[in-house]
This record gives sequence, structure tokens and C-alpha cells, in this order.
Amino acid sequence: MLNIENVSITFKKGTLDEKKALQNVSLTLEDGDFVTVIGGNGAGKSTLLNIIAGTLKPDEGSVSIDGKDITNIPDYKRASLLGRVFQDPRQGTAADMQIDENLALAKRRGKMHGLAWGITKAERLKYSEMLKEFDLGLENRLTANVGTLSGGQRQAVTLLMATMNSPKVLLLDEHTAALDPKTASKVLSLTDKIVKEGNLTTLMITHNMNDAIRYGNRLIMMSDGKIIFDIKGDEKMKLTVGDLLKKFEESGAEATDKMILSD
Amino acid sequence: MVLASSFIGYLSSFASSLPSVVEQGFIWGIMAIGLYLSYKILDFADLTVDGSFALGGITLAVLMKAGVPVGVAMLVAFGAGLLAGLVTGLLHTFLGIPAILAGILTQIALWSVNLLVSKGLANVGIDIRNQFVLVRSLTDMQKLYSILFLIGFIAAIIGLLYWFFGTEMGSAIRATGSNETMARANGINTTWMKIIALSISNGLVALSGSLSAQFQGSGDINMGKGAIVIGLAAIVIGLAIFKKAKKNFALHLVACVVGATIYYFVYQLVLSLNISTNLFKLLSAAVVAVFLGVPYLRKKINFGKWGKKNA
Ligand SMILES: Nc1ncnc2c1ncn2[C@@H]1O[C@H](COP(=O)(O)OP(=O)(O)OP(=O)(O)O)[C@@H](O)[C@H]1O
Ligand SMILES: [Mg+2]
Repeated sequence: MLNIENVSITFKKGTLDEKKALQNVSLTLEDGDFVTVIGGNGAGKSTLLNIIAGTLKPDEGSVSIDGKDITNIPDYKRASLLGRVFQDPRQGTAADMQIDENLALAKRRGKMHGLAWGITKAERLKYSEMLKEFDLGLENRLTANVGTLSGGQRQAVTLLMATMNSPKVLLLDEHTAALDPKTASKVLSLTDKIVKEGNLTTLMITHNMNDAIRYGNRLIMMSDGKIIFDIKGDEKMKLTVGDLLKKFEESGAEATDKMILSD
Repeated sequence: MVLASSFIGYLSSFASSLPSVVEQGFIWGIMAIGLYLSYKILDFADLTVDGSFALGGITLAVLMKAGVPVGVAMLVAFGAGLLAGLVTGLLHTFLGIPAILAGILTQIALWSVNLLVSKGLANVGIDIRNQFVLVRSLTDMQKLYSILFLIGFIAAIIGLLYWFFGTEMGSAIRATGSNETMARANGINTTWMKIIALSISNGLVALSGSLSAQFQGSGDINMGKGAIVIGLAAIVIGLAIFKKAKKNFALHLVACVVGATIYYFVYQLVLSLNISTNLFKLLSAAVVAVFLGVPYLRKKINFGKWGKKNA
């Protein structure tokens, strides 16, 4: 269970550019909740995920996972609880290292990095099987450097890295936005499959309203550093893009073309 | 006739200097391996090396002058280098000082440290006629033994590093250098990984300095001057030759040694041609600039072409 309580953060405090990126945000995710997050540019979505991941520290409020307060725990120390996939496919993997080496690092997330072998033979076999299920032809390229993969392949590898240890919370920040439509939908259905199979508690930011409605059991809309709409279960199933656009207008935020044009 | 005999004289003098060239190349190859760890693996241009090379040389000379055996003196020199790297690492990570500046600060500080170690002497002699050293160059036999020793020593270093960078810690260091965001998202304490890598790097550089002091018969306060450029030249030359060995880490380290040997080969050539060695640092810097600049320019030019094709 993820518990965010009264979290606020202000950037460039006391300057002309002061920006209250999050204002008293509270959010609780039950185990297995798959929450899609939408909202206009600058609404505070990424900031929220960064605070959960620990790359940003809130000015006020607290973050806890399974009752354990992690607000003051540095990002790399809480990494064992989390899985992350970034918008930029280059961010989630080490380009100069092999596919299997990247996976081995993810496997050891949260463990001491001692003088045991960085990867074992048995692992290699297992990774090859895992990748085979992805059906991207990566199972025969285990020793290729990740830098030689396409953006979609890199996101798939990152997704595997993020989920292989069954994290308490999976954080996806527009992880298909940099991909072409076909690859994006492939990675997205892969995401859905992995999340469902592992019953993973997930926060997924997307700009695509249809995807936000189609995937997950809960949807939240953010605007101006606040959660302005939170809907789940049957009600969410009945939601239409029209409903969401109306909500947007009510909030005063402008929906971008990208949100409306998506299918 | 006069020309021919002077040419033969030149050739034989050049040929007779070759064993020393190999010795020096191998010694500096260890320095280049150390630099490779920071420059290539960590993506950190570490200027500490000028200071840590001299630190290694002076530490060894002072200890040996006091009667300490060579093996122990080298171990202490290695330890001193580790500490120098540790300082740069701490300045960079805990105080947030940019890489280049952190290296410069340690390098400058080491100038004073080295003088403290040598008790103010600019040059500390080792009595290599009466003390056992691992590398020396007085007779042909000594040169041969030195070269054989250096080959074994370098093989051991490369073997150890190959093992280390295959361990969990070594992989974590490589990830830190390749992509810090990814490393931290995967639970790696990137601060410590940088510090560890910089320490090992400078330890190796100091070890190389300690061998260089044995070769020269003295530790000198100036012996590390421009070491970074020599090391970079060795790396870029070596990697250019070993281009095919795209991913093989051990071969990359071998390439560093080959690069350093070629560097000293060319240096000797310039010496024997009676060209002023004052110009050699200029030449070295130019070589490094060309090797580092060409890939960039090539990319830029290709990009230009691509742009036109699509216009
Ligand atoms: N490190 C930072 N320094 C200063 N301002 C920041 C920083 N990070 C975010 N902001 C500002 O905080 C606000 C919220 O940013 P955030 O990235 O969370 O938005 P978002 O909802 O993810 O938007 P987008 O859909 O464009 O990704 C924006 O106004 C942004 O400019
Ligand atoms: Mg964002």
C-alpha cells in the first residue's frame, strides 16, 4: 500500500518563477491498484512520481509504503521497493552494458554490491526465457549492448527490469510517449499484461485519454498541483473521453491536441 | 658516404634505445590503464593523475632511500594513490565540486604533499646499483628482465581488473559511469561507486609512478607533469588500433599499454632525430585533440549530409 499524505513542494521559492508544483496532495493506493494519471503540462504529475521515487524531497508531507515512512530515505535506498520506467528510453538502461548485465543489475536491486559475480550462467538462461515471452527477438541478443536497441526494445527491457522483482509500487511516467504508435501500443499491452499477472500496484502517467480510460482500475486527473478528479471501478469503466474533456474545462486547464487526437 | 654512415649510426642508436622504450611504454601503460578506469568507465576526466603519479614515485624513492624493500614501497605508493583518488572522489561527491575542478584541487594539493613527503627535495635518488629494484635499465640483461617482469605484472593487473569489473561491485561502477539515473533507480549507491573507482584509478597511477621512479633511479617532483595528456594519448592511440575489439574489456586495457608503448616509440624517434623535445608536449596535446575531435567532426559532417538529403 502506498500512502501519500499532504505532500507539498514549491520550486524556486521566493523568486518570480515560484511554482507550487504540488499543493497538499494526498493519495492512497491499495495493493493491486492500477492507477492512470492524466493532466495538462506542468500539472505536477512527474513531480508526484519523483517524490515517490525519492529523487525529489517534499517541503511538507510524507510518503509511506506498507506503513513504512520513506520520506527521508534517499532514492537509491528505496529503489528496492520501486520499479521505474521513464519517458526517455535512454534513461532506464545503461547503454554501454549488455542486455543481460542490465537485467542482472535490476535483479540485485536493494542488495549489497559485493565481490560475487555480477551475473551467473543460470541467470542468463532465465533472462533469455523472460525475454522470449516479450516476443521482440531479444532472447538471442542477450550479450548485445543495450545502446544498440531501438527505443521500444529499450523500454521493454526497462519494463522487465522494473517489474522482475515484483516492486511494491511501479512508476510509469509517459513511458510510451517517445515511441511510434505501433510500438507504443505493443509496449502498453505488455505493461498491462505484466501489471495484471503480477497484481502490481501501479501509477501510470499518460497523455492519451483513451489509454487512461482503457487501462487500470482507477483514474486520477491533476491540475495545478492538485488532484482534481479521482474515479475508480465501474464508474471508471463507463467514463468517456468527452467526460474527461469536460472535467478539464471545469478545472480551467486546457486539454492539448495530443490528448484529444489520440485514439 | 658520410651521410650513409651517419644514417647507420642513427639507426643503431635508435635500435639500442628500443628496450628502454618498451620499458617506459609498459610503465606508462599501467598509468593509462588507471586513467582508462576514470576516463572511459566513469566518464570522469580526472586531473588528479599528474599529482598521484609523482606521489607514487616520490613515496617509493623516499621509502627505498630509508631502506624499505621495493615490494613494500610499491604497496605504500599504491595506498597513497588510493587516498589521493579518495580525496578527489569526496570533493566531487560530497562537496558537489565539478569533476575537472575536483581533480585540479587535489593535483595542486598533492604538489605540497609530495614536497612534504620528500622533505622539500625536488628529486630523491634511489641507489639502484646496491638496492634491489624490479625495473632498471643499466645493462641489456636488466632491460630484458625488467620487460619480462612488466609483462607479468601488467597481465596480473589486467586479470584482476577483468575479474573485478565482472563482480557485482564492478558492474555497479560501470552502470554508474554509463547512466547515473538508471544506476540509482536500481539501488546503486553511485556516490560510493565513484569514490571507489577514482581510488582504484589513482592507486594504479601511483603504482605506475613508483615503477617509473625505479626506472629513472629517482623520484622527482615534476615526474607527473602532463601525465594526463600522455595517458589520454595512450588511450586514444591504443583504442584506435584495437578498434575491432569493440566490447572486450581486457583487450581495451591491453590497448592502453600498446598505446603508451607507441607513444614512447614516437617520442624516442623524435629524440633521435634531434628535434627539440620541448615541442613534444605540444605534439602530444595535438594528437589527443585530433583523436578526440575527429569523431565529433565526423558526426557533425554526416549530420549535415543527412540534413541536406532530407531537405
Ligand atoms: N526541478 C524543477 N525546478 C523548477 N521547476 C520545476 C522543476 N520540476 C518541475 N518544475 C515545475 O513544476 C511544475 C510541475 O512539473 P511536472 O514536471 O510535475 O509537470 P507534469 O504534470 O509532469 O507535466 P508534463 O505533462 O509536461 O510532463 C511545472 O511548472 C514545472 O515547470
Ligand atoms: Mg511530466
